[in-house]
Amino acid sequence: MSSIIATTSTPPPDMGHMGRVAAYLTQIQAVADTEIRKLRHDPGELYTRALQPLIWLLLFGEVMAQVKGLNSTGGSYLEFLAPGILAQSVLFAAIFYGIAAIWERDLGVLHRYMVSPAPRSTLVLGKAISSGVRGLTQAIVVYALAFLLGIKLSFSPVDIVGVAGLICIGSALFSTFSLIIACIVKTRERFMGIGQVLTMPIFFASNAIYPIDIMPRWLQVISSLNPLTYEVDGLRYLMLADGTTKYGLWLDFGVLFAVTAVLVAIAARMYPRLTR
Amino acid sequence: MISKSPVIETDSLTKNYGTFCATDHISLTVTAGEIFGLIGPNGAGKSTLIKMLTTLLPPTSGSARVAGFDLIGDAAHVRAHIGYVPQLLSSDGALTAYENLLMSARLYAIPRAIRQVRIAAALKMLDLSDAADKLVQSYSGGMIRRLEIAQSMIHQPAVLFMDEPTVGLDPVARRNVWAHIRDLRDRLGTTILLTTHLMDEAEDLCDRLGVLNAGRLQSVGTPRELEAAVGSDATLDDVFAAITGSELETEGGRRNVQHHRDNQHTPA
Repeated sequence: MSSIIATTSTPPPDMGHMGRVAAYLTQIQAVADTEIRKLRHDPGELYTRALQPLIWLLLFGEVMAQVKGLNSTGGSYLEFLAPGILAQSVLFAAIFYGIAAIWERDLGVLHRYMVSPAPRSTLVLGKAISSGVRGLTQAIVVYALAFLLGIKLSFSPVDIVGVAGLICIGSALFSTFSLIIACIVKTRERFMGIGQVLTMPIFFASNAIYPIDIMPRWLQVISSLNPLTYEVDGLRYLMLADGTTKYGLWLDFGVLFAVTAVLVAIAARMYPRLTR
Repeated sequence: MISKSPVIETDSLTKNYGTFCATDHISLTVTAGEIFGLIGPNGAGKSTLIKMLTTLLPPTSGSARVAGFDLIGDAAHVRAHIGYVPQLLSSDGALTAYENLLMSARLYAIPRAIRQVRIAAALKMLDLSDAADKLVQSYSGGMIRRLEIAQSMIHQPAVLFMDEPTVGLDPVARRNVWAHIRDLRDRLGTTILLTTHLMDEAEDLCDRLGVLNAGRLQSVGTPRELEAAVGSDATLDDVFAAITGSELETEGGRRNVQHHRDNQHTPA
């Protein structure tokens, strides 16, 4: 058995074996692929997560559709709501990444990442990408629900690709944000407390379930600084057959990319604090 | 042929948490191919020392070279040449052994061309080939430890750090893990630094021992040398008691690991 090892016993591993870029991508893949394999082994979580958007669309949506002021955009309220609920279900799934990181620390799995030579940014990006994949599975569920509820969706390939892009970048943004929070609070108990406190304002101080125009001025300002607003705005345009955008797709994608880039840089610096 | 060059060299390595000194000016040399054991009561600084040497924890002062690289200035190179088996479970129970090894191989950027060969060799060396495609959550404690060792040596590190490698294992599984640790050293020349609370592990497995107490390295030597220094027919238990005093009685047990860990993570 040692002969197998001996024959491959080249000098100690160094990035020189691979191109730097190839090594970097492989290290991102190490983390992202792990998460995707875990989902494949145990997909139960995906089914239970499908319930929440169903409840929001069916109960909240059907009742609130009766409120006159909410129909300001022309289409039905359910149409207005569906992209918001898609963004919400993606947000709620992503925000759990922080607690998963603390869980991995408590188990010792995170130590394995941190003693490896993988640059910290690859670890953060790997998590962000796996969050994106998780978000896409949510999108399939919400699309199916929306279709059954008679919402007129756009099925043009360009729009679908655009929605997938928004979901991935939105998931990456909020999972990385969650990771940063985990690095600050460090324990599960504290994260549970703060997770709720952060998720609700992100959701309610956005255009997800009502138009920004009916908000008081101060809340409009907060909502326009909230990345979720730009995710929902883009989704509203791309997901619906006759969707509209308030800010334009360039600004939507631009804001999401910029905020994600900043958050990834911060998280890469803070991630090692979890194992100290 | 095993050369006797130093693989770990620390110079006054110190870690303070606020006013609490976890390790106090530790200067230690471990040579190539050695199995070196750190013993001492809980809170003596064993885990803190290992965390610093594995780059998880930045030292407050002092310096060290690990596998030929400067611990502080060249952490990335140190990481490429060391392996680490932490105190707690570090393999992912929701994955198979093969998938755990694949993840490790990718983290170390082992080229695709030799990745499968390395994984197969690691599985074979740690006697896990038959269970490679089973989820790790179905593994016994001894199998998980062997998998963790396999994952930690997939990149053929010069040094392997192990924090209490046989804690929680039954005596048979424990001896089995010892045999694999010796095997690693004998076949690959891997230098091994481990911590332990088990005096038979220190006696039978380790070439040399360092005794830590209250953050200080009290004494270093072979098990025989340490015993001879205490008395003509002293055992390692006597050595432990002589150096650490009454703390053996009150701090010897491993109670509430989680509490201990949480305290470490949120230093005052």
